[in-house]
Amino acid sequence: MALLSIKNLTKNFGGLCANSNISMEIDDGELVGLIGPNGAGKTTLFNMLTGVYEPSEGTIDFVRDGKEVRLNGKKPYVVTALGLARTFQNIRLFQNLSVIDNVKIAMNKDVKCGVVASILRFPMFFKEEERIEKEALELLDILHLADKKDELACNLPYGEQRRLEIARALATRPKLLFLDEPAAGMNPQETAELTQLIRRIKDEFHISVLLIEHDMSLVMNLCERIYVLDYGKCIASGTPAEIQTNKRVIEAYLGEEV
Amino acid sequence: MKHYVNKNTMTWTLFAAVVFALIEGLILADILDSYYQVTLITICINIILALSLNLIIGYSGQFSLGHAGFMAIGAYCAALTLAKLPNLMGLLLGILIGIVISGIIALIIAIPTLRLRGDYLAIATLGFSEVIRIAILNMDVTGGAAGLSNIPKITTFPVIYIFILITLIVIVNFARSSHGRACASVREDEIASESMGVNTTKYKTLAFVIGAALASVGGALYAAYFYVINPGTFGFQKSIDILVIVVFGGMGSLTGSIVAAIILGFITLALQSFAELRMILYAVAIIVIMIYRPSGLFGNKELNITKLFKKKERKEAK
Ligand SMILES: Nc1ncnc2c1ncn2[C@@H]1O[C@H](COP(=O)(O)OP(=O)(O)OP(=O)(O)O)[C@@H](O)[C@H]1O
Ligand SMILES: [Mg+2]
Repeated sequence: MALLSIKNLTKNFGGLCANSNISMEIDDGELVGLIGPNGAGKTTLFNMLTGVYEPSEGTIDFVRDGKEVRLNGKKPYVVTALGLARTFQNIRLFQNLSVIDNVKIAMNKDVKCGVVASILRFPMFFKEEERIEKEALELLDILHLADKKDELACNLPYGEQRRLEIARALATRPKLLFLDEPAAGMNPQETAELTQLIRRIKDEFHISVLLIEHDMSLVMNLCERIYVLDYGKCIASGTPAEIQTNKRVIEAYLGEEV
Repeated sequence: MKHYVNKNTMTWTLFAAVVFALIEGLILADILDSYYQVTLITICINIILALSLNLIIGYSGQFSLGHAGFMAIGAYCAALTLAKLPNLMGLLLGILIGIVISGIIALIIAIPTLRLRGDYLAIATLGFSEVIRIAILNMDVTGGAAGLSNIPKITTFPVIYIFILITLIVIVNFARSSHGRACASVREDEIASESMGVNTTKYKTLAFVIGAALASVGGALYAAYFYVINPGTFGFQKSIDILVIVVFGGMGSLTGSIVAAIILGFITLALQSFAELRMILYAVAIIVIMIYRPSGLFGNKELNITKLFKKKERKEAK
């Protein structure tokens, strides 16, 4: 049983078919790539998988503790609680909050201290806050953001904002992480560092990763398998070597007539 | 222990005690005579109302134009309880009943309306507070248009001061907890917040209910000071007055709300005999603020007395 299985997933926006009949599987511990030209429907697929959009047709199944759970129609916070987390292509941090608060918010769903206990400042509150602080700092440390913990998210340079997006997603303790163009806007050196980081995260946290990226060197380097979307359809899937020589993929990217 | 007794809490406790002693001293010395005391109590009630509205608007980013409705619930609950039990216990019981009822009504209102955003939410909350007002207008227990009178005067400065402190502690402790952070994330970016596992509907509702319950406390203290209440007191204008304080002080700044309530209280006092002029001045003040300080006097920052003292120390050290 694959960790995530998608069958015949379709999304229509009025007359526009942004995703049509997409089927895909992701196994435990896999690092899978999702590529395709601009407007191919990659982000739309992420939005369906994370509950932001409801699929027009098709099914999404996720295995949690050995049981298969249907994700269709579930709200994003429920999907996140089940173990799927994401970053956003057009960075959506909590801009006016501190770096560490951004991470702490993502840990919110596992906090054991209720509203009344928090307002009355029961000892349990301080214990939980200490735990949250410690775990948030550990995460920031891994993503090389620890010394920026008290800065406002909006004051971080672009590359660091992208890393904070990853830290925040990891703070939800996912089993499967969706990264939407994590290297966009980064220089080659930052991209190389990011490649290392993604590998390290995958191994250390024992998670699977689905990665959207336009930077082909990063995708080919990192991913074990790749799916290719074009005009909302899945036109190919396979290992990086297979994809690089696939005729339809080359056509899609070069825009040649068939 | 170190969590409860530290420099910050000590400074604030000291500050609160000094302010209390100062004002209570002025009252006892009869320098603040009964005429000025009315202004003082009005300012105190407005502080409670503004703080509670700030929790909804400033912290969780929801817009509400219905605060007077919850104030009305608190006022009528207190007045009716005080009619049976005309002492401090009666007031406390009335406050408790008001908190429960306004909390429940806020919950009922929140479920359909908090799906709305911005202008729509403002209109919906405004509508609901009108419904509350009209319900009170047409009920027998509430005395209809004439309202209730001869309410025992239980609210004194010490009583209301304690309730301001309680309101502050509730809001500050809520805001500085995981729940408060969740509310702030809803304000910042609802989709991102939901995607990070925050049940946004729950937190919007929570802030709205706590804000409404605290507003009813303000209403109860009002009823127990001004002898009479009637539906007219809790109309749209009252909601706007509170909103003005919050916007003036800065959304998200509690100290801002307090300072704004005091300043606007003094302006109202100075213009007592020119009621129409007051409305014009209010409007002008809002326009000026919107142009020159769109985020209010304090923005979303807090006045930090610990730092104020430190600055002084440093200057003296030089
Ligand atoms: N909410 C929406 N309403 C209507 N159309 C939408 C919506 N979201 C996406 N689309 C359309 O769906 C198509 C796919 O968009 P999507 O953002 O998924 O592409 P993408 O593969 O992520 O592209 P890029 O590489 O540029 O990020 C586009 O034509 C887009 O305009
Ligand atoms: Mg995209």
